[in-house]
Amino acid sequence: MDTLIDVRNLTTVFETEQGGSRVVDGVSFHVDSAEAVGLVGESGCGKSVTALSIMRLISSPGRIAGGEILFEGRNLLALSEKEMRKVRGNKISIVFQEPLTSLNPVFTCGEQVREAIALHQKVSRSESKTRAIEMLRLVRIPDPEKRYGAYPHQMSGGMRQRVMIAMALSCEPRLLIADEPTSALDVSVQGQVIELLCELQARLRMAVLLITHDLAVVAQMASRVIVMYAGSIVEEAPVRELFDATAHPYTQGLLGSIARLGQRSGPLSTIPGNVPDPFGLPPGCRFSDRCPRRFEKCSSAEPPLIDISPAHRSRCWLCGGRG
Amino acid sequence: MSRFLVRRLIQSVVLLFIVLTITFFLLRLAPGDPMSRYYNPDFSPEMARQVRESLGLDRPLIEQYFRWIRAFARGDFGESIRYQRPVRELLAEAIPNTLRLTIAALALHILVGIFLGVLSAARRYSPFDRVNTIAALFVYSIPEFWLALMLILVFSLKIHALPSSHMQSLDVEGMSALSLFLDRARHLVLPAFVLGIASAASTARYMRGSMLDVLREDYIRTARAKGLPENRVILKHALKNAALPVVTIIGLDLPFLLGGAVIVETIFSWPGMGRLAVDAIYARDYPVVLAINFVVAAIVIIANLLTDIAYGVLDPRITVGRGGGK
Ligand SMILES: Nc1ncnc2c1ncn2[C@@H]1O[C@H](COP(=O)(O)OP(=O)(O)O)[C@@H](O)[C@H]1O
Ligand SMILES: [Mg+2]
Repeated sequence: MDTLIDVRNLTTVFETEQGGSRVVDGVSFHVDSAEAVGLVGESGCGKSVTALSIMRLISSPGRIAGGEILFEGRNLLALSEKEMRKVRGNKISIVFQEPLTSLNPVFTCGEQVREAIALHQKVSRSESKTRAIEMLRLVRIPDPEKRYGAYPHQMSGGMRQRVMIAMALSCEPRLLIADEPTSALDVSVQGQVIELLCELQARLRMAVLLITHDLAVVAQMASRVIVMYAGSIVEEAPVRELFDATAHPYTQGLLGSIARLGQRSGPLSTIPGNVPDPFGLPPGCRFSDRCPRRFEKCSSAEPPLIDISPAHRSRCWLCGGRG
Repeated sequence: MSRFLVRRLIQSVVLLFIVLTITFFLLRLAPGDPMSRYYNPDFSPEMARQVRESLGLDRPLIEQYFRWIRAFARGDFGESIRYQRPVRELLAEAIPNTLRLTIAALALHILVGIFLGVLSAARRYSPFDRVNTIAALFVYSIPEFWLALMLILVFSLKIHALPSSHMQSLDVEGMSALSLFLDRARHLVLPAFVLGIASAASTARYMRGSMLDVLREDYIRTARAKGLPENRVILKHALKNAALPVVTIIGLDLPFLLGGAVIVETIFSWPGMGRLAVDAIYARDYPVVLAINFVVAAIVIIANLLTDIAYGVLDPRITVGRGGGK
C-alpha cells in the first residue's frame, strides 16, 4: 500500500509562562491510503494537538516548532496559507469531539454542509444544495430535505455529529481525522456512529486517523494502533499484535483497565497517577514515574522506539534495546 | 409573534402612561410657572391671574391632570403657551430635524463601531488595535460639549472647513438640488460626529470583546477546518454571533443618543426637539415639554421593541413569540 501521510518528527510547542511546553514532542507515524489507524492515549497526552497540527490549525500561544508532514508527497508545513486552505476540508477533513459546540448556532445544518461543498467544488448554488442533501442522506439523517433547514439546536448530539461527518466527507477527502467522534455521545448512539464511520470508510476508500481513548472502538475499526503518552509515541503495532503481544507497560496499563472493568469499553483512568505536564516529566523514560516495571536504566536515559517485529515498535528498555 | 406584539404593545401603552404622569407632576413640583417670564412692572398680577385662568392653570392640579390626559388620549397635544401655536405644528417642524441628526449619528455609531471593533479583534494586539483602544478611551471620556467646542474651534473658526451651526446656509435660495444636499450634509458633519462618536467608541469596544469571545468558539475552528479564508470566517461565521449582544447595547443606547441630542442641538443651534425642549422647560411651556416627553418615550419604547425583534431574527435559538426570549 502507498503511504498517504507521513508525519516526521512533528513537534508542537505551547508558549506558557514557564517557557515553551513541548506538547507534541518529535512524533513520527504514517497512514497508508484507505487505511484506518487508531491513535490512543489518556486525556491530555497530545492527541488533539497532533490532529490540529496536521490541519495546521494550531493558533497562538501554540506553534509547530519542527518536523515535516508529507501528504501525497508534499510537505504541508511548507505550503502557503492559501494552498493549505485547499487541503483543509477538501483532501483532509476533521470531525471534532464536541458535536454540541462545533456547529455554528446561527446557520442551518444544511447550509454549513453546503458551504464546504461550494468552497471546494465548482458547482452552482442549487447543485451544492442538492449535494449537501445527498450527504445528509449518506450519513443517515432521516428526512434530509427537511433537516437541511434545521438549526443545530433543533437536533440531538448524535444527529449533530452526523452533520459534522457529512460536512467532513462532503468533498470526499483522502484522509479523515476523527478526534474522539463519539466521546461526547450517549453510549447507545456511540456504536451507531462508529458503524457509520466504518461503512463510509470502506465505501469512500479514504484513510482514517481515529483518535480515541476507547480501545474497544479501535479494535472494531482500525487495523493499526499508535499509542501516545505525554506528547510522544510509546508503542505502535497492528491491532491484533497490540492486544496479543503488548510490549509497553503503559499499553498494558491501558488494556488492563479494560480487563479490570470486565467489559470491552470504558475510560482509561485506572493507571495510578496522571499524565505529567511537559515541565514535570521524569528524567529518562517519560513513563518511568508511573511504571510498575521500572528499573535503574529507565531514569537515566529515554529509550528509542525499538523494533520488535516488522510493524511493531515500542519505546521501552524491556524490549531489549541497547543504549 | 402577534401575541407577543399585542402584549408588548399593551405594556408599552401602560409604560408611556406612567412616564407621562410622572413628568406631569414633576414639572409642576418645579418652581415657577409660564407667567414667570412676564414678571416686569408692565405685567400686573391681575393680568397674570387672567392669563392663568384662561390657560386653566388656576384649577386644582388633579383636575388639570385629568383634563390633560383626556386631551392627550384624543391625540390633542394642546397649544404652546409661549409660541401660541399648536404643539403638533412645532413638533412637526422639530422631529424631522432631530431624526436627521440622530439617524446620522446612529449610522456613524453602528458602522464605525462595528467596523473598528471587528478590525481590532481581527488584528488583536497590533499597533492598529492599540491605537484604537486608546482613541476609544479618549473619545469616550471627553464630554460632548467640550468636543463640540473644540471641533468648532478647529474646523469652523480656524480652517473654515465646516459650518458651526444651523442645518443649512442662509442663502440656499436658488441652489440646485445637489448643492443644497451638499450644503446640508456639510452642516450635518460636526453635530452628527459629536453625537455619535462616543457611542461608536463604546460599541467598538464591546464589539471587539464579543468578537474575541466568539473567535475562541469551537464552531470557528470548524469553519477554519473547512478551508474557509480568515476574512470569511470573521465576516460570516463570527460576525453574526458577535453582533448579537451588541445589538442589545445599541438598542439600549438610544435614550442616551436622544439625551445627547439636547446638548448637541443647543450648541449647534440645530432646530430640533432637543433645543425645543430646553427652551420649553425654561419657559415652563408645559404642553410642549409633555408632548416632547411623550415622543421621546415612544421612540425609546419602539426602539426596544425593534431590538427584541432584531435579536429574534439574528438568533434562531430565540423564538420571539414565546415571551421574548430565553
Ligand atoms: N491552547 C492551549 N494552550 C496551552 N496548552 C494547551 C493548549 N491546548 C492544549 N494544550 C496542552 O496540550 C496538552 C495536550 O492536549 P490535547 O492534545 O488536547 O490532549 P488530548 O490527548 O486529550 O487530545 C494538554 O495537556 C494541554 O496542557
Ligand atoms: Mg483531545
